[in-house]
Amino acid sequence: MLVHLIMKHSKPYVGWICAVLVLQLLTTIATLYLPSLNARIIDKGVTLGDVDFIWHTGAVMLGVAFVQVLTAVAAVYFGAKTAMAIGRDLRHEVFTSVTSFSAQDVNKFGAATLITRGTNDVQQVQMLVVMGLNFMITAPIMCVGGVIMALREDPGLSWLMWVSVPIIFVVVGVLVFFLMPLFKQMQTRIDGINGVLREQITGLRVVRAFVRESHETERFEDANAKLTRVGVQVGNLFVLMFPLIGMILHIATAAVLWFGGHRVDDGLVAVGQLTAFLQYLLQILMAVMMGTFMAMMIPRAMVCADRIGEVLDTEPSMTDPVTDSPAQPVDGTVVFDNVSFGYEGAESHVLSNISFTARPGQTTAIIGSTGAGKTTLLNLIPRLYEASEGRITIGGVPVSELSRDQLSRLVASVPQRPYLFSGTVASNLRFGARDASDDELWAALEIAQASDFVRAREGELDSKVSQGGTNVSGGQRQRLCIARAIAAQPNIYLFDDSFSALDVATDARLRAALEEPTKDATVIIVAQRVSTITGADQIIVIDNGQISAQGTHEQLLETSETYREIVSSQLAAEEAA
Amino acid sequence: MANKKNANQEVVVANDDVDEFRDAGNVDTWAEGVPTRKAQHFWPSAKRLVGLLSPYKAGMALVILMVIAGVVLSVIAPRILGKAMDVIFAGSISKGIPEGTDVSAMIEALRADGHNDQADMLAGMNIMPGHGIDFTLLGRFILTVLALYLVASFFNWLSGWLLNRLVMKVVYQLRKDVEDKLNRLPIGYFDTKQRGDVLSRVTNDVDNIQNALQQAISQLLQSLLTVVGIVIMMFIVSWQLALIALIALPLSGVAAGVIGSRAQGMFTRQWKTTGALNGQIEESFSGHELMKVFGREQDMVAQFTERNDDLYDASFNAQFVSGTIFPVMNFISYLAYVGIAVVGGLRVASGHLSLGDATAFIQYSREFTQPLGQIAGMANMLQSGIASAERTFELLDAEEQEPDRAVAQLPTRTDGRVEFKNVFFSYSQDKPLIEDLSFEAHPGHTVAIVGPTGAGKTTLVNLVMRFYELTSGSIELDGIDITDLSRADLRSKVGMVLQDAWLFGGSIMENIRYGRLDASDDEVIAAARATFVDRFVRALPDGYDTIIDEEGTNVSAGEKQLITIARAFVSDPSLLILDEATSSVDTRTELLVQHAMAALRADRTSFVIAHRLSTIRDADTILVMEDGRIVEQGNHATLLEAQGAYARLYQSQFAGAAEDA
Repeated sequence: MLVHLIMKHSKPYVGWICAVLVLQLLTTIATLYLPSLNARIIDKGVTLGDVDFIWHTGAVMLGVAFVQVLTAVAAVYFGAKTAMAIGRDLRHEVFTSVTSFSAQDVNKFGAATLITRGTNDVQQVQMLVVMGLNFMITAPIMCVGGVIMALREDPGLSWLMWVSVPIIFVVVGVLVFFLMPLFKQMQTRIDGINGVLREQITGLRVVRAFVRESHETERFEDANAKLTRVGVQVGNLFVLMFPLIGMILHIATAAVLWFGGHRVDDGLVAVGQLTAFLQYLLQILMAVMMGTFMAMMIPRAMVCADRIGEVLDTEPSMTDPVTDSPAQPVDGTVVFDNVSFGYEGAESHVLSNISFTARPGQTTAIIGSTGAGKTTLLNLIPRLYEASEGRITIGGVPVSELSRDQLSRLVASVPQRPYLFSGTVASNLRFGARDASDDELWAALEIAQASDFVRAREGELDSKVSQGGTNVSGGQRQRLCIARAIAAQPNIYLFDDSFSALDVATDARLRAALEEPTKDATVIIVAQRVSTITGADQIIVIDNGQISAQGTHEQLLETSETYREIVSSQLAAEEAA
Repeated sequence: MANKKNANQEVVVANDDVDEFRDAGNVDTWAEGVPTRKAQHFWPSAKRLVGLLSPYKAGMALVILMVIAGVVLSVIAPRILGKAMDVIFAGSISKGIPEGTDVSAMIEALRADGHNDQADMLAGMNIMPGHGIDFTLLGRFILTVLALYLVASFFNWLSGWLLNRLVMKVVYQLRKDVEDKLNRLPIGYFDTKQRGDVLSRVTNDVDNIQNALQQAISQLLQSLLTVVGIVIMMFIVSWQLALIALIALPLSGVAAGVIGSRAQGMFTRQWKTTGALNGQIEESFSGHELMKVFGREQDMVAQFTERNDDLYDASFNAQFVSGTIFPVMNFISYLAYVGIAVVGGLRVASGHLSLGDATAFIQYSREFTQPLGQIAGMANMLQSGIASAERTFELLDAEEQEPDRAVAQLPTRTDGRVEFKNVFFSYSQDKPLIEDLSFEAHPGHTVAIVGPTGAGKTTLVNLVMRFYELTSGSIELDGIDITDLSRADLRSKVGMVLQDAWLFGGSIMENIRYGRLDASDDEVIAAARATFVDRFVRALPDGYDTIIDEEGTNVSAGEKQLITIARAFVSDPSLLILDEATSSVDTRTELLVQHAMAALRADRTSFVIAHRLSTIRDADTILVMEDGRIVEQGNHATLLEAQGAYARLYQSQFAGAAEDA
C-alpha cells in the first residue's frame, strides 16, 4: 500500500523527482570527487613538491565544493516541493473522500480515526517522502559511487569494504531491531501512566470522596516503575549505539592504514590514494548507517499508508440521484412507509416496520428508551442513513430521489450533541442560511432564547466560537444550535433531544417562541422529558425499534402501558413501583 | 490555542456542568507539537532543574569525569593516527631512495638544485633509505589509536549508561512528587485550571524534562568539550591551519543564525497552518452529519483546499529553508577543507608540517562542525526542557490544602447528624456565594436541594465533603466540627454518587470494589444485586470481568450510573450525597436508578441534589437555592403554602405533568 500510494501520488511530480535524483547524483559525485582531488594534492603536489599543482588543484576543489552546494540546495528545493505536494494531495484526497462519505460510512470508521488518518497518518507518509528524497536516495548513490571511487583508488583494499559494510549494517540493524519493540512498549507505558493520571484528574472528586488517594498512588507507582524499567532498557541500548558505531569506524580506519601501509610499501598504491580510500570508506559506512536508521520509519509509515488506503478505497455508500429534472416535493409532509433499518452486517434491525406521517404545521414527538432507535429514525429523514427496507418520502418524493442540495434546503436539524464550528456566532448561524441578514440572525437568536447571552459577549454576533463550541456552556451551545436551525428556515425541523441542557423555565419560553416560526413547518422532536412533548399533535412511542403506540398524550395515557411507565417514572417512582 | 475563560466562569462551569469541563480538557490536543515555549525565569528554573540531580552528586561527578576523559582521548587519537600516516609516508619515500644513500647529502643536493621546499620536507622526515615502512612503529601507533578509541568508547558508553540510570531515577521521583502533589492540592486548584493543562504538566512536560536531562546535558557537555579539545589540538598541530579552520567558525555561526532564524519563523507559520488545517479536518469529520444536513460539503472542501494550499506553501518554505542549513554548513566546512588541503599541502611540501599532521588536521576540521550543530540543537531542547520544568515546578509550588488537624475522631458508626452553623462561603472574594447558612439534618433524614442550573447546589454538598474550606462558620458531623477531623476520616463516612458517572479503566468488579477495597466478591455482588447492576452485568459476555474502557461503548450511561451507586452501596456510608441529574439516561434505566438510590438512602442521612418530584416531596427538608443562596427551607407542604420560590418552581416544572399523571 505504501509503495502504491506513493507511486500513485508522485506521478504528477515525476519531473521534480527526476530532478532530485540527478541533483543528488551530482552532489554525491562532487562529494566523492573531493577526497580524490585531495589525494592528488598529496601524491603529485606534496610528494613532488609541485606548488603550482597544489594551488591549481585547490582551485578545482573549491569549484567542486561550489557545485556541490548548488546542487545540494537545488535537490533540497525540489525534494521539499515534491514531498509537500504529495502530502498536500494525499490530504486533499482523504478530505474529499470523507466529505463524500455518507454518515453511515463515517460511522463505520469512527470520526476519531478518520481525523487521525487525515492528519497524523498523512504527515507520517509525507515525512517518509521527505526523508526518502533526502537520505534514502543518497545512501545507495553514495554507496555505489563510493565503491566505484574507492576501487579506482585501490581495488586491492576493496575486501575491507565487503567486510565492514555488512558489519555496520548488521550492528545498526540489530540495535534497531531491539529498539523498535522497546520504543513501542515505551509508548504503551507512557500511555498507561498518562491514563492513570487522566483518571485521577477527571475522577478527582470520586477519588477524594472514597479516600482512595493512596490506592491511586499505588496504581501510579506501578505504572511509573514499569515505565522507568523500559526507559532504562531503551537507554541501555541507546547508549551502546554511538560507541559501537564509532568503534567500527575506528577499526576500519586502523585496518586501512595497516593493510594499506603494506600495499604502499609494496608500491601498489600511493599514500594520497590511501587517504582517499579511507575517506570513501568512512563515507560509505556513514551512508549505510543513515540508510538503516531511516529504514526505521518504514514500518510505521506502512501502517499509516494502509490506514489511508482504507479510506481512499471506500466508495461512498450513497450518491446523489442522477437526473436532469429533479422531482420537487409539494410540501414538507414526511411519510415513513414500512421503513426498516439495520447496520451493515448487524443481525437485527435497529428499526423495523416504521410507518407514520408527519404533517406541516404539526408537531410529532418521538419518545422511547435509549438505544430504541430514535436518533436513527431522525437521521433517515435527511438521508444521512439509507433505509434498508421501505420508503421515506418528503412531499411525495422519495428522499433517495432528492439531491443533497434539495434536502439541505428542506430539512434543518438540531443534533443531540450540540456541535458548533470554530468561527463566529454569525458564521455558525449562517451555516444553514448563507445569505441571512444580521437582523434575521438576531430574530433566530431571540426565538432560541439566545440573544441575551450573545449580546453579553464581546463582539456579539462576531464573537469568537472555538472548535466544537467549547467556549460557551452546554446550554448556550444547545440554544445556538437551535438558532442555527431556525435561521435556515426549513420546511422540516428535527430536534433530537435538543432541550435537555436547558432549565425548565427556558425550555418553556423557547418552545412558546418556536410556535410562530414553525407554524407551517413539519416539526419532529425526540425527547426524554415528558413535559416537553405533552402538547405534541402526535406522540410516537418507540420500543425495541418498533412503534409500540401512537397518539396524543391523553390518548396514550389511556392506551399505552409503555407510555404510562415512562410518564410515571419521571413523575413519581413509588407510584410506578 | 486554549481559549482561557476567566476564573469566575470556570468556577461556575466546574460546579454544575461537569460535561462542559470535560470538553474543556480536550482543547489543546494540538498544542503538544507547538514550537518551543519560552521559559519566563530561565536561569532560576534551570538551576532548580539541575538541582534535581543533586541527590546523585557523586554519580554525576563520575559521569562528568568520564565524559571529559572520553573527549580527551578521542581528541588525541587523530593526532596519533596522523603519526601513523607519517610512518607510511616516510616509508614510501624511503623505499624510493636506494639503500645506503646519505640522506643529508641528498637533501644538500636538492637544495643545490634549488628544490628548497622538497629538501625541507625530507629534512623533517624520518628517512631510512631503502627500508620501506617501519611496520613495528606503524603497528604500535595503530594499536595505540585503537586502544585510545576503545577506552574512549568505553567511557562514552559507561557515562551514558550511568547518566541514563540517574536521570531515570530523578524522573521517576519527579513523577512521584507530582502525583503526590496532586493529592494534596485543593479541589479549587483544579477548578481554575483547564484539565488538559494540568494533565500536560504531569505528562508531556515531565517527558520533556527527561529528554532535556538525558540528552541535552550530556551531549551539550560532550560537544562543548570536544570543540574546545579540537581547537586546542588544532593549535598544537599548526596554528596557521587552525586559524583557517577557525575562520569557518564565525561563518557557520552566521549561516546557521541567518538560516535558523528564518526557518524558525517559517516553522512557526507551518505549525499555525497545520493547527488550522488539522482543526478543520477535526471539526469537519466530527460535524460530518451537520455538514451533510446543511449541505456545506462544497464550502468545506473549498475552505480546506485553501488552507491545504497555505500549509503546502508554509511547509515547503520551512522544509526548504531549514534543509539548506545542512548543505550550506557542509559547504563552509568544505571551504575549510580545501583551505587546509591547499595550505597544508604547501606547508607539508615545504617541510613545515608533516603529512600525518595535515591528515589529522583534516579529520579535526571535519569533527569540528558536528558538535557545533549539536550544540545548536541541544540548546533548543534544553530551552524547551526548562520551559517544561518551569511549568512543572509551578504545579509543585502551588498552594496545598490546609493540613489535617485531626484532633478528633469519629466512631466507626456515626449517627449522621449534620449541622450547618452560620456558614459563609465563596469561590472568589468579590463574589459571596453562600451567606450565613444554618440548618440541621437529623440522622436518617433526607435533605433535598432544588433550584435552577448554576444555583450552587453542587457547591453545598462539596462543602460537606470538605472539598472546599469555609470562609467562616462551621459544619458539624455528630457534633464534631469537620475541620477537626482528618479528611480521610470524614470522607470515609460519606458515600457519594455524582452526576458525572466516573469509572476508571478496569473491570466492573474492580469498579464496584473501589467503594471498599476489602469487600469480598460476594459482598460486591450483593451490592450489585441491591442496586440493579447484577441484572445487566449477567447479560454481558464477560460478566463482572467486563472492562470499562474510556469509550465505554459496552456499558450505557445509565448502567454506569448504576455502577456508581453500587460502588457507594458497598462502602456502606453513614451519610450520603446523591446527584439525581440523569438527563442522558433512558426512562427504563432511570426507573432502576431511582429504585437503587432509594435503596441506598434507606436509614442514612442523605443530601440529594433533587430533580424528581417524588424525592422532593418525600424529603424531610427542602433547601431551595437561587443564585448560590438558599432562599427557602422547609418541607413540601410548608413551602407550597409559603407561595415563594419553591411554589413557583413546582408550578413550572411539575404541576402540569403531575396532574395528568
